[in-house]
Amino acid sequence: MKISNIVSRRNRILLRELVITDFKLRYQGSALGYVWSLLKPLMLFAIMFVVFVHFLRFGDGIPHYAVALLLGTVMWTFFTEATNQGMQAIASRGDIIRKINFPKYIIVVSGTISALINLLLNLIVVFIFMIFDGVHFGLSLFLFPVSIILLYAFALGLAFFLSAVFIKFKDISHLWEVFLQGLFYATPILYPLSLVIKSAGLWAGQLLMLNPIAVLIQSARADVVGHENTVTADQVFSNPLWLAVPYLIILLVIVVATVYFKRNQSKFAEQV
Amino acid sequence: MDDNAVIVKDLKKSFKLPHESHSGLKQAIVSIGKKHHKGYEVQEVLKGLSFEVKKGDFFGIVGRNGSGKSTLLKLLAGIYTPDSGIVQTHGSVVPFIELGVGFNPELTGRENVFLNGALLGFSNNEMKAMYDEIVEFAELEQFMDQKLKNYSSGMQVRLAFSIAIKAQGDVLILDEVLAVGDEAFQKKCNDFFEKIKEDRTKTVILVTHSMESVRKYCNKAIMLQAGKVVATGSPDKVADEYSLANLLDINKVTDSVVDSDGSYLSVKLLSQPLLTSRDTLKVEAKYRAPNDRPVMIKFAPLAYGNASLMTANSKVLHDITTADEKEHLIHYELPLADFNSGDLTLVVLLADVETKANIADYGYNGELSFKISDGKNEVGGVFKNKGDIKLVK
Repeated sequence: MKISNIVSRRNRILLRELVITDFKLRYQGSALGYVWSLLKPLMLFAIMFVVFVHFLRFGDGIPHYAVALLLGTVMWTFFTEATNQGMQAIASRGDIIRKINFPKYIIVVSGTISALINLLLNLIVVFIFMIFDGVHFGLSLFLFPVSIILLYAFALGLAFFLSAVFIKFKDISHLWEVFLQGLFYATPILYPLSLVIKSAGLWAGQLLMLNPIAVLIQSARADVVGHENTVTADQVFSNPLWLAVPYLIILLVIVVATVYFKRNQSKFAEQV
Repeated sequence: MDDNAVIVKDLKKSFKLPHESHSGLKQAIVSIGKKHHKGYEVQEVLKGLSFEVKKGDFFGIVGRNGSGKSTLLKLLAGIYTPDSGIVQTHGSVVPFIELGVGFNPELTGRENVFLNGALLGFSNNEMKAMYDEIVEFAELEQFMDQKLKNYSSGMQVRLAFSIAIKAQGDVLILDEVLAVGDEAFQKKCNDFFEKIKEDRTKTVILVTHSMESVRKYCNKAIMLQAGKVVATGSPDKVADEYSLANLLDINKVTDSVVDSDGSYLSVKLLSQPLLTSRDTLKVEAKYRAPNDRPVMIKFAPLAYGNASLMTANSKVLHDITTADEKEHLIHYELPLADFNSGDLTLVVLLADVETKANIADYGYNGELSFKISDGKNEVGGVFKNKGDIKLVK
């Protein structure tokens, strides 16, 4: 898995072909087709908006909380989709892996890319909603892609690791499902971080912001709806060393996943 | 000089076969305590193979089921990694372990061709260049924009096969994929293989059970048995070895049937099962027929489809009959000078002299199969050129 190979022509073509196939097949036979990619997050968002903003009043007093809620949901949906699809990628293409030799990581990447395409479509919905909600478009918006890129890198790293583990231990998919459920509630997506700090204390906010997903969602929100409306990691930690922890976790996951995947990929054809 | 397409040296491969599925957390935890129980068996599939394939060869690999052919192909194709030894391939290897890998029923024929091509390592432009030829060879011009699920199975196979043989790789690996399509399509494939056989730039590695294909297309072959190369060289020689191995396996002496009255018939080949027309087939039969009436013994060679060619009858030949309770030993010899190359089997019958009813038979399940092999036949048929032809006018 040399860097030069990742971008080699042959592999690019294969990746493209797999992604296109995935995309073509996803909404095969449904009347609305690709529209579902946009419709689904909108409908989910509508439910959350009614429950958390309208009835529970989670975002009371926080400007553009609805946009932040939508953005957080969209990013979380991507994270679960990318890791789940990536995890199943190798196993679900077992029939091909047993018959043809080609770089295995491409399948994992293609699984995450179709989730990434969904994310980009969903971000269009977020963008439209920003206009409706009267969000001020600041310069910090240019920093927004950084969070998305880091989120993708993190999800891809996890997908590599999970896909290789999944070949040997199918149970990992159930463990991961439960873990994601827990992580969802441990991440300030539905509730604002400021609410946690107000009711439980600063330590709770600090604890939550060790989670890379939380950090990335909060910083993406800050870039979109303004730093004054979002609590970011640098506001809960005074020591910059703590600030680095979530990023170190991302780095560690990517390194471990790559090594583990590389070490195991030659056996995939036999084990799958 | 780099005229080798494939070099295999002392190749070894074994698999761990789990006793039961250990791909679950429960099993993993359960087996922690059991130190002696490994949970798997090591199966050595390839035990040190070495051979070379030259550029332009049409190379045959034959062997019984379980001899390691498929594992070898997967190692050649890079799907498996060797435990030890070397597998070197020069040029692009296009493997067809199975036809139509990655074919998706929901995609159109055209999309499937491009997807399959991408999996095999061809770029879009390369596939575009090949596309027309593939479609033309498959004779599916009108169907390419239809979904694959609407194809008949014959059409799917034709499309997959056309991709396989039109793929512009240097080394083509084919596993048991020759007999597809109807007769016309087979003829086309045959012509194609005849052509590719002459093409010195293309190397083909063919795994097959059809000795006819080996003799027809290959210029070199090896035979695998229990993970080792047991024969190598000319396709005729290897094909004969393969047939012999098969015959030896079929001709394992089965116990003769003993009736309640103690009568039995047991026969074995005294000669090798693989013969030439210069040899004589020798057979030994033992029987016991507690019968107050005389019995005779008959030997009948059968051709393909159990068609009887002739019958040698002990009474008619030498007036040999027996009518006692003793065991008798009979020898039968058949000179093969008049026979063409081919597969034959022998049936031995014990019959009542008066009523002509058979009392016992042996060999109807092919227990006494033998093969005559002189290389290519001059004319077809079971027997060599027989009879006389005169130009009268």
